[in-house]
Amino acid sequence: MSEPDHSAPGGRREGPDRGTGRRPEEAELSARLERLNTELGKVQAKPEGPAKAGGRDTSSASGAALAFRLGAEFVSGVLVGSAIGYGLDYVFSITPWGLIVFTLVGFAAGVLNMMRAAGQKPFG
Amino acid sequence: MVVDPIHQFEIKRYVDLLNWSEVQFSFTNSAVFMFAIVAMVFFFLTFATRGRTLVPGRAQSAAEMSYEFIAKMVRDSAGNEGMVFFPLVFSLFMFVLVANVVGLIPYTFTVTAHLIVTAALALLVIGTVIIYGFVRHGTHFLHLFVPSGVPGFLLPILVVIEVISFLSRPISLSLRLFANMLAGHIALKVFAFFVVGLVSAGVVGWFGATLPFFMIVALTALELLVAVLQAYVFAVLTSIYLNDAVHPGH
Repeated sequence: MSEPDHSAPGGRREGPDRGTGRRPEEAELSARLERLNTELGKVQAKPEGPAKAGGRDTSSASGAALAFRLGAEFVSGVLVGSAIGYGLDYVFSITPWGLIVFTLVGFAAGVLNMMRAAGQKPFG
Repeated sequence: MVVDPIHQFEIKRYVDLLNWSEVQFSFTNSAVFMFAIVAMVFFFLTFATRGRTLVPGRAQSAAEMSYEFIAKMVRDSAGNEGMVFFPLVFSLFMFVLVANVVGLIPYTFTVTAHLIVTAALALLVIGTVIIYGFVRHGTHFLHLFVPSGVPGFLLPILVVIEVISFLSRPISLSLRLFANMLAGHIALKVFAFFVVGLVSAGVVGWFGATLPFFMIVALTALELLVAVLQAYVFAVLTSIYLNDAVHPGH
């Protein structure tokens, strides 16, 4: 019962207004669109500098995304290092040394990966 | 009842296209879902942007938001020149996102829970980085592996570390997505089996089963978050790696 009561005056008030004010409204709208376009052009043409300076957003989503990254970054470094070491062992038959050295180097690469992921060059 | 949380990842061969002695090339349930995902993305974006109204509706708004989101991300991490790769990053993002989310629906197949799929996507990204880097910068691309401002005696070790770090990128890119999807789906199935097992134990079990049941509800919400986040991480890392192809040498 109450719903038509609310909507009827609103609809009546809106009807004539919209009918008479269409032309100026449309002109205003296109002017706004024009302004929006120039603003958008400015934003898009902006070099990466300012976006990067303030860009390290600590919003929860990207924080969680970062957290998901770190573990895999480290593990993959070690994995690739030991795989290379194992391969060198196999090819040159220097059995333990390739694995030993390259696992350590892979460890270092994993730490480097992780520091890169957490540090100054993230996606901000 | 057989408790088998791995069963959901089983590949079923529908049509054998090629079947030589060793090589088998078949149309599988994985392929069906991949085609379905591509079709869903295509039709969603096509129909959502069909109206092209000034004030977007819900579907158009979603399509525009995903576009703007990825465009901003690529521009932020790879610069305006990196926008060449926008179509690639956007396609990868939409594919991974829809694959992850579709996989959460019961009885569907999770394409991204297979290492071969994520590895193929990661190799596509790294292959693009390497090829574009060499084509555009030539040997200057190799400066990526030579950190600047390092004393000479450390340089050989650091170059090796940088090379390993570069090689580990496709591994971490594919492993992360694969492992997250696999682990999440297995965890969901394990808790689901707890519910089934407890319910079959009688009245006491009914009460006991409510605990893992609520756990499933919570885990499903978490998995939805993970599904979206992993797609985001994949796209972010893709654009960061592509940045190296556009601007090598830190």
